[in-house]
Amino acid sequence: MRRLLYLLPFLLFIGVGIAFYLGFERDPRDIPSALIDKPAPTFDLPAIPGQMVQGQPAASGLSSAKLAGDVTLVNVFASWCIPCKAEHPVITRLSREQGVTVYGINYKDKPEDALTWLSRNGNPYAAIGADQDGRVSIDWGVYGVPESYLIDRKGRIRFKHVGPLTPQVVEEQILPMVKHLRQG
Amino acid sequence: MTRLLLAALLALSALSSPALAVQPDEVLPDPALETRARTISQELRCLVCQNQSIDDSNAPLARDLRVLVRDRLKAGDSDDKVMEYVTDRYGDYVLLRPPFKATTLVLWIGPFAVLLLGAAGTFLFLRGRRGVAAGADTAPLSADERRRLDALLRKGD
Repeated sequence: MRRLLYLLPFLLFIGVGIAFYLGFERDPRDIPSALIDKPAPTFDLPAIPGQMVQGQPAASGLSSAKLAGDVTLVNVFASWCIPCKAEHPVITRLSREQGVTVYGINYKDKPEDALTWLSRNGNPYAAIGADQDGRVSIDWGVYGVPESYLIDRKGRIRFKHVGPLTPQVVEEQILPMVKHLRQG
Repeated sequence: MTRLLLAALLALSALSSPALAVQPDEVLPDPALETRARTISQELRCLVCQNQSIDDSNAPLARDLRVLVRDRLKAGDSDDKVMEYVTDRYGDYVLLRPPFKATTLVLWIGPFAVLLLGAAGTFLFLRGRRGVAAGADTAPLSADERRRLDALLRKGD
């Protein structure tokens, strides 16, 4: 019995060591969102100045009113953001082939840069709001573009992904969640 | 000469202040509000660089948050209201001093618990040893043992 007591500090050390080792696996950039299951912030963003939709100047940007009704993905992007370019094909596939409505928030971007970027890479967004001073994005709790939010039919934020969307994240997390939210 | 130079350098270094992230155009004209803004900014974590406060950080998001804090103060918010505004959006993670609540209990109590555990262990160990030293559990020598001890001691002379 007394022998076992002597082993206790060693066992404690092993336990703490394992806990710390597992801690290395966690991504320190992955900050839990304070907004999960809360209503998306109320906002009304203008279109990117100069943006054309079907030959006409875009009449409206993106507002919270548009988010209710269907399950949608809100993607925060910028032309100066390199990972945004990497995730762009994934977003495009999600919107054109996988049937998810994707809205864009163009974060702190120059209008001409954003428009060039969209015409070069394609525009998969059903609507885009230009957040030039980044204030609306702060309401969303954005801290590093790209970020993506899944919004349910009642306009609540149900899932957040920080960093570029990968096919794996879409297959394993986004699509099952969309399916689940459409049923619910 | 070298000594003079060193003295001059030392005097100069006393004049310098650390480089500030806060830009002149952010500073509020009202010094009382600005002081409050600085105090709040020092409590808020920069989410990009993580181990700096937004008051120290040069990251664009830190600047946006500093300006936001000042805007809220100008709008008449109390200090607590401003903190709440930011934590509503970014969660407790944004606070450099985590609040005391159920989810942070281990964080706050943990070190004291370990200290207490150590103290209790030390106490028990020392008490046990004093018992041994006092000879509580040592029987007196038997007549045979005493004879052998005497023999050994004599051999040493």
